[in-house]
Amino acid sequence: MEKLLEVKDLHVAFPSKQETVHAVDGVSFEVFEGETFGLVGESGCGKSQTLRSILGLLKQPGRVTGGEILYKGADITKMNQRALQKVRGKEISLIFQEPMTSLNPVLRIRTQMYEAFEREKLTKEEKRQRAIELLKLVGIPSPETRLDEYPHQFSGGMRQRAMIAIALGAKPKLLLADEPTTALDVTIQDQIMKLLNQLKQELGMSIILVTHDLGVIAQMCDRVAVMYAGQIVEMTDTVTLFSKPRHPYTYGLMGSLPNEDTAGTTLEAIQGSPPNLANLPEGCPFAPRCKFACDICHKERPEITEVEPGHFARCHRPEITQNFQGLIQVPGQADGKEEASHE
Amino acid sequence: MKRYHGASPLERKRSMPAWLTKPSLVVGVVIVVAVIILALFPQLIATYDPIATNTLASNQPPSAEHWFGTDFYGRNIFSRVIWGTRIDLLIGVLGVVIPFIIGGLIGLLAGYYGGVLDSLLMRITDIMMAFPFTILVITIMAILGQGLINLFIALWLVGWMSYAKLVRSEVLVLKDSEFIQAARVAGFSDARILFRHLLPNVISSAVVFAASDVVMCMLTGASMSFLGLGVQPPTPEWGSILNEGRTFITFAWWETFFPGLFLAVSGVGFSLLGDGLTDFLRTKGR
Amino acid sequence: MIPVLFVVTILVFSIIRFIPGEPARLILGEKATEQAVAALTEKLGLNEPLLTQYFLFLKQIFTLDFGNSFTYQMPVSELLASRFPVTLALTLMSTVISLVISLPLGYFAGVHKDKLGDQVVRTTSLVAISMPSFWVGLLLMIVFALKLKWLPAGGWADTLPEQFRCLILPAITQSLMTSALLLRNTRNSVVDITRMDYVDFARSKGISAGEVRSRHVMRNAMISTVTLLSMRMAAMLGGSVIIETVFSIPGIGKLASEAIFGRDYAVVQFVVLLFAVLVLVINLITDILYSFLDPRVNL
Repeated sequence: MEKLLEVKDLHVAFPSKQETVHAVDGVSFEVFEGETFGLVGESGCGKSQTLRSILGLLKQPGRVTGGEILYKGADITKMNQRALQKVRGKEISLIFQEPMTSLNPVLRIRTQMYEAFEREKLTKEEKRQRAIELLKLVGIPSPETRLDEYPHQFSGGMRQRAMIAIALGAKPKLLLADEPTTALDVTIQDQIMKLLNQLKQELGMSIILVTHDLGVIAQMCDRVAVMYAGQIVEMTDTVTLFSKPRHPYTYGLMGSLPNEDTAGTTLEAIQGSPPNLANLPEGCPFAPRCKFACDICHKERPEITEVEPGHFARCHRPEITQNFQGLIQVPGQADGKEEASHE
Repeated sequence: MKRYHGASPLERKRSMPAWLTKPSLVVGVVIVVAVIILALFPQLIATYDPIATNTLASNQPPSAEHWFGTDFYGRNIFSRVIWGTRIDLLIGVLGVVIPFIIGGLIGLLAGYYGGVLDSLLMRITDIMMAFPFTILVITIMAILGQGLINLFIALWLVGWMSYAKLVRSEVLVLKDSEFIQAARVAGFSDARILFRHLLPNVISSAVVFAASDVVMCMLTGASMSFLGLGVQPPTPEWGSILNEGRTFITFAWWETFFPGLFLAVSGVGFSLLGDGLTDFLRTKGR
Repeated sequence: MIPVLFVVTILVFSIIRFIPGEPARLILGEKATEQAVAALTEKLGLNEPLLTQYFLFLKQIFTLDFGNSFTYQMPVSELLASRFPVTLALTLMSTVISLVISLPLGYFAGVHKDKLGDQVVRTTSLVAISMPSFWVGLLLMIVFALKLKWLPAGGWADTLPEQFRCLILPAITQSLMTSALLLRNTRNSVVDITRMDYVDFARSKGISAGEVRSRHVMRNAMISTVTLLSMRMAAMLGGSVIIETVFSIPGIGKLASEAIFGRDYAVVQFVVLLFAVLVLVINLITDILYSFLDPRVNL
């Protein structure tokens, strides 16, 4: 498989007069052609900022302060507006979490769709045909009439489908999905996930999926990176992650995931709250919340290490969670993706 | 204030009061205090009698003797401007305070009880909104006649509506909130609910509006006097001094410049104060 | 709108009847004879029952026959027809100037929120809001007309280009507060809108920065601008009373103040009525425009 995107030691900071928040602190990963790569973590862990920096769309006053984002060998972080525009939409496109606020409420769906393939200089009729095809592709019924409607005339799920249709408008090689189902009902969530999976197969694109939901990861992803406090703390393929987690945080996340074994019992949430990114503790950022933390964890920051071939973890004691193997039910993964359940 | 994000509570206590860190607010407070002092003690600052004429010193440019020059009647413009502060400030303050109280009360009752009072209020404001503000004021002045008292009546007749609408809309939001429900269930009297529970919670937006409304009232009052409808000469008032000086604008710029400057600076002062007040109340409310 | 218009006619009708004392004596002055006062009262129809007077007034409105001006010695309708275009031109010019100033600067301040440029623009607009327009007008007159002699100091001209020159200073004066208020509003809208996901989503499609700005940011910012602008246009119509007096421009604003001083009540009531009708028309246009700009609103 060809390497499509390579993020190398990415740093993103949000400076203000008082303090600088290091939202992303040395993140590296690779995405290959045709794969779905997951970024999972609690809100504020830097996963969305990592995603946004791939398209140069960081919110003010955030900026990339270090590292490279290589797309087909070209560094996106060094690109000017003009070069970025060529990448956006055509090569890499984006869908957001909130379908209510991600479409401009005062423009017709067609206007917002046409923008996606504006650079192709199509005639009016060709544009319309393309837009209808796209809406059909994402499963919006009677696309001919819906095209002329406004976002407020669409339901949440339909809006999310429309957003996906727009994102696919210029046939991108890579789709960035920022919590694409979080704002939707559970049944709609499942439909959208299946749609994304199906589109990925049909169009042969790669997806980077950002979520806080391990169930979604299990259903969708080939490989996963778990993020905590702006860093990747564990990265491996999905099956390994669920069967042999090597970081206590991943293990903790799974403890808060409902499955058949935990049905009827109280879910165990991770104690405490994420650290202040402007003022990280001296040692491992997760140490204050970690059940297995020992002296070294509070004193020294762990480096990311390859604990097994293709399996990376940022922990002083990566062997510790191995003792708990088998206690964790892998949702869906063992029986194939289709039966995956979340929530 | 936003700047204190992340600072510890202890640090906050040691630092200056929050409003002192906003230079624009400090400037506003300084100007407003200066205007109040001028209004209270003009006799200590003015160098001449503001209405004593002197035909020998007609239309003289600014000099060591007459800092702001003299007008056609030889009156010292500096002294006239200083004495004028009193009336202009009075217009600004009284033009706001009375509508604030009356309008606020009407809005409170209309919002709380609804019904006839409320629909009457809405109809009146709908109709009054059909007239431009200035037209409304000068028409009322035309009916009542010139003079300071009539100017006040005109400002009051027009001014109360904004406060009534503002307070009414706030009351409508809070009326069904839990703490008012609780007060009702507890058997408190309407008066107690209105003034002890509702009023303190709906007043802040009216206060913010009042700060900018002071500027509006001062400007409107001065423009009415400028048109010759408000304060009548020889009483010193900035708008009317300006109106008198306008005749000689081709050669005596000082007669229009200085009274207008005082009006403008006071206006800026109250605006800055209002702006800072808005920020302050907004951050406090959170 | 029709009921409002109806009540407005009653109010305007009442103006002349509210005046304490005899209107005819006020018009003619203290020294007028009893006969002259009685004759004028008769002529003005003030002896009739109020209801009859009101119907006569309504008839005047519908037939556009507003009677004669006492001071100008000509039909009020002709007077209004000749003066109204001047005020309309002044208001439209002020509106255009305000938009040209406030939209780009508001956008600039909004995207550079809390930076130096934003603070300068915001402080300047705060100062502009607090300025007495008649004073600013006189200062502009001193500088640009009397000292530099670039533009006329006031008054009116016969040819269109000259009339245009006569309106420049008044229009700038008039637009000052409107520009400042629109600027603040645009700035705040831009700050809010650029935070929205749909702007980022639009950028993610690879369209140009200019297209994002015009189609997504400014287009949406216009919604609140239109509401504020309609309020400001009404206010500027009212402000024309002062500005037209300062610059001696023969519009309906100056006419209103002259009529009030001349106790020309026939003119006063129809000028006031005209102002009210104009405001209602502006509000109607705003509602229509609004429904175009925001598809979520139905008329």
